[in-house]
Amino acid sequence: MTARLTPPVGTGDHAQGPADAPVTLVEYGDYECPHCGRAYPMVKAIQRSLGNDLRFVFRNFPLAKSHEHAEHAAEMAEAAGHEGKFWPMHDLLFEHQDALEDGDLVGYAASLGIDPAWAAGALAQGVFTERVREDFASGVKSGVNGTPTFFINGARYDGLVHPTSMIEALVAAATPE
Amino acid sequence: MSPLLAAGTPAPDFTLPKSPDANLRLADSRGHPVILAFYPADWSPVCGDELTVFNEVLPEFQRYHAELLGISVDGVWSHKAYVSARRFEFPLLADFEPKGAVSRAYGAYRAQDGFSERALFVLDSAGVIRWSYLSPVGVNPGADGILAALEALK
Repeated sequence: MTARLTPPVGTGDHAQGPADAPVTLVEYGDYECPHCGRAYPMVKAIQRSLGNDLRFVFRNFPLAKSHEHAEHAAEMAEAAGHEGKFWPMHDLLFEHQDALEDGDLVGYAASLGIDPAWAAGALAQGVFTERVREDFASGVKSGVNGTPTFFINGARYDGLVHPTSMIEALVAAATPE
Repeated sequence: MSPLLAAGTPAPDFTLPKSPDANLRLADSRGHPVILAFYPADWSPVCGDELTVFNEVLPEFQRYHAELLGISVDGVWSHKAYVSARRFEFPLLADFEPKGAVSRAYGAYRAQDGFSERALFVLDSAGVIRWSYLSPVGVNPGADGILAALEALK
């Protein structure tokens, strides 16, 4: 049983790097999960190392029963994405994992130039709940087995979450046989 | 070491403690699908491991009226504390005495290590194994295989 990314990366995804990059790394993550917080600078290092050879995609997988702020944090990232600010919000959330109350989230939106009243309303009304739920459902289908779970060119990466091992696997996937 | 019980095999019945003062008998769960999730130990060092994921996916399992049971060789008091700490909404059964007997009966015991394999079984409503999966050492299985097996039961 090989766990495969389902559905594959599409236009609805949040991606950094060229669409035609030889290798795509997808992370299913939770903004309140400490392991995802530890992986965050590793992904940055991997992106710096591989440059335009890498496309990085982030999908939401909030473990809401374990992490009480994870769902709203994910929804705020999507709200920011709606305003063209997904990645700055993604970075702010991982850099402030200890401050993810609703008031903090709205403050981050304001700091990115997003109308705080709109952002607060989006959270209160669950405007992006369905978007996050779709990511979660795709993760379940894809064989996500914890957070973070990574996929390299569609195949689940079961190796060590460490830049050296991950770069090795990414380079191998990018190299034609 | 006997191999993992395969699809088509009637699931061996068992009675195991599900809490310090209550037992669960598998045969009492006839009439709906049952998911057995054998795992090595409580208190694994990662917060987002397979049981945590399964806990989040419970509503999906319930759409198939499936009951999830976790099984390891840890004792009832460890299970009780673990369930409470991780807010699990499904029972953990203690395959504690005689140690690992149920895991052995399913071919899901690592005698050299003294704990259960990471192994999954989906039982139909008549108590017959319809899908089983042994995960490689150190790799948490996701819920995708379970959901595909439940879908195939319909």
